[in-house]
Amino acid sequence: MTTLTEAPAPVEERAPDRKPRRNWTPWALLLPGLLWLTVFFLVPILSSVSASVQTGDYDDGFKLTWHWANYHDAIADFGPQYYHSLVYSLLTTIVCLALAYPVAYFIAFKGGRWKTLLMALVIVPSFTSFLIRTIAWKTILADNGTVVHTLASMHLLKITTALGWTVGNHVLASPAAVVCGMVYNFLPFTILPLYTSLEKIDPRLHEAGADLYCSAFTTWRRITLPLSMPGVIGGTLLTFIPAVGDYINAQLLGNPNTTVVGQRIEDLFLRQTNGYPVGSAMSVVMMVGTLVIVMTYIWRAGTEDLL
Amino acid sequence: MSSHDVLGRTEGGDLRLVGLTKRYGSFTAVDDLSLTIPQGSFFALLGASGCGKTTTLRMISGLEDPTVGQIFLGEQEVTDLKPYRRPVNTVFQNYALFPHLDIFENVAFGLRRRGVKDVKKSVTDMLDLVELGHLAKRKPTQLSGGQQQRIALARALINQPQVLLLDEPLGALDLKLRRQMQIELKRIQTEVGLTFVHVTHDQEEAMTMADTIAVMNHGRIEQLGSPADLYENPATTFVANFLGQSNLIPASVEGEKDGVVSVSAHGQQLKVDTKRCRSTSGKIILGVRPEKVQIATDRGEVPDGHNALVGGKVVDTSFIGVSTQYLVQMPSGEELSVFEQNTGRAIQRPGAEVVVYWDPSQGFGLEGSQDIEAGAEADEEAAA
Repeated sequence: MTTLTEAPAPVEERAPDRKPRRNWTPWALLLPGLLWLTVFFLVPILSSVSASVQTGDYDDGFKLTWHWANYHDAIADFGPQYYHSLVYSLLTTIVCLALAYPVAYFIAFKGGRWKTLLMALVIVPSFTSFLIRTIAWKTILADNGTVVHTLASMHLLKITTALGWTVGNHVLASPAAVVCGMVYNFLPFTILPLYTSLEKIDPRLHEAGADLYCSAFTTWRRITLPLSMPGVIGGTLLTFIPAVGDYINAQLLGNPNTTVVGQRIEDLFLRQTNGYPVGSAMSVVMMVGTLVIVMTYIWRAGTEDLL
Repeated sequence: MSSHDVLGRTEGGDLRLVGLTKRYGSFTAVDDLSLTIPQGSFFALLGASGCGKTTTLRMISGLEDPTVGQIFLGEQEVTDLKPYRRPVNTVFQNYALFPHLDIFENVAFGLRRRGVKDVKKSVTDMLDLVELGHLAKRKPTQLSGGQQQRIALARALINQPQVLLLDEPLGALDLKLRRQMQIELKRIQTEVGLTFVHVTHDQEEAMTMADTIAVMNHGRIEQLGSPADLYENPATTFVANFLGQSNLIPASVEGEKDGVVSVSAHGQQLKVDTKRCRSTSGKIILGVRPEKVQIATDRGEVPDGHNALVGGKVVDTSFIGVSTQYLVQMPSGEELSVFEQNTGRAIQRPGAEVVVYWDPSQGFGLEGSQDIEAGAEADEEAAA
């Protein structure tokens, strides 16, 4: 046995000089996505922006002439379309949120072992084509359908028509029909993020709320709602962004007075020989407009740290 | 004396449970429980998981409705009051702090909900009481387990409930922290003088903190008493095994004289005080705590009047410093535990022939028809 009488002398220890090794794997993993975004997102956007300040027509070709007047035409001539796009998508977002929150809440907290099944049921309709589902709404809202009959027999159709939501004795081909179609199509996009964020909330927090003098409503207002804000923001964004650009619902369920920006852009691109520049300018306006709205929303909601 | 506050509650009074029963389908979680918890006491509900202790607590807090029975706080019946209308607060098992609020707002939560305008002083005082004033601006996730535990306590205490319910409050903490928090909790309870009802499966925790312990089993109270009383005079084999360890020996009564019952166990004569016997005729179970039992190498070493069992053989010896724990096998096959304090006596190695003995006044007698193993498994489960 040996006895330590003094601390051992500190050993000179120096790591040998080594070149810091770069780890390239994350970059390599990013590459496919970056390539995809460059080719199919960045290039088309730049080409759109460029087209928006060109002049010319289909036969003689388009030239980059920095013709900023295209933006004047793109904005001044299509006021109603911007208005419709904005109002319909905002309405859709609000109605979707009002419908989705209780559904997501119920599935998250009362779903128990049926949770997965219930969420599957929410998503299952999306397996049918978007177009077919929208066309189906033509049947649902048709003049001899149940919806029209019910509304008419309750004398509600007169009220909705007076409000400008429906037209005459029809529900189809009206602003109401467009919003109905949009709500139906985008509802799952609101439910999913809401469910995800509600599901993460520990139910014991509800009990703690009840224990600390909160009624059921106050518990929701003070605990559940703030904790589900990431879901609310995510859900509304995932609804609003596609809704503002959607024109299928307006085209299939609307009338000439419900046209949205998308319909005009489509028209300019596919049916006018010189429509590219103004169409592109409209796209850019829409993009920038949506971006401004979304950024303001996120900023106002003050939930950067939650997102 | 009673005065009414904003919630219309009367201050003061004992917590009384009357015939409280909770059934889930055919399963009875709490079975006809009647109990009075005096105001200002530190009361522990002790039992293994599934014994109904947490259900009882949740019924007091109002998070669970009793199937049958009543709950009184002082003169007021609270059985049908919503949880948020009861002058009762809970410290939840996993704290359930609100993650979106900082520590200050977590603690202020109850006051704000009751419309108290100026909360700053109360919250600061409360945070000082739990010695975490410097963390007021942090979020709960930035705190350690022990700190979160103390915040959960502060959040409940600030409302000055008539009864504070603690649901396994220390379960998530490591052993060292748990010891520290036990002392802390006891200090705070003494300081604020509120009634604490504490649910735990940890018998040591219950013994350290509580004035009165109710040992629960299968939805009923097995025994109620002070920690010392429960330990020294267990009423059932369940309590004897669950609370600490016991050597339990089946025996039959041979006679009683001068307050002493004579019994025979495996052909050896033993004695036990009549006043410590729950049954004094026919078959009984004779019990003695391992630390009350001593070990000798020869019958002659046993002091006069002591109970002695001869023919034992040491089968296991564990030296743990302050004491040595022996497992002694008797000729009947029974194994007895002996904890011998480290007084410098020679340690018996496994294989040694020994005599075990104890002072008859330290033994206890239990009713003989019970399951001798009851509570032993529950104890192991609780310790795990």
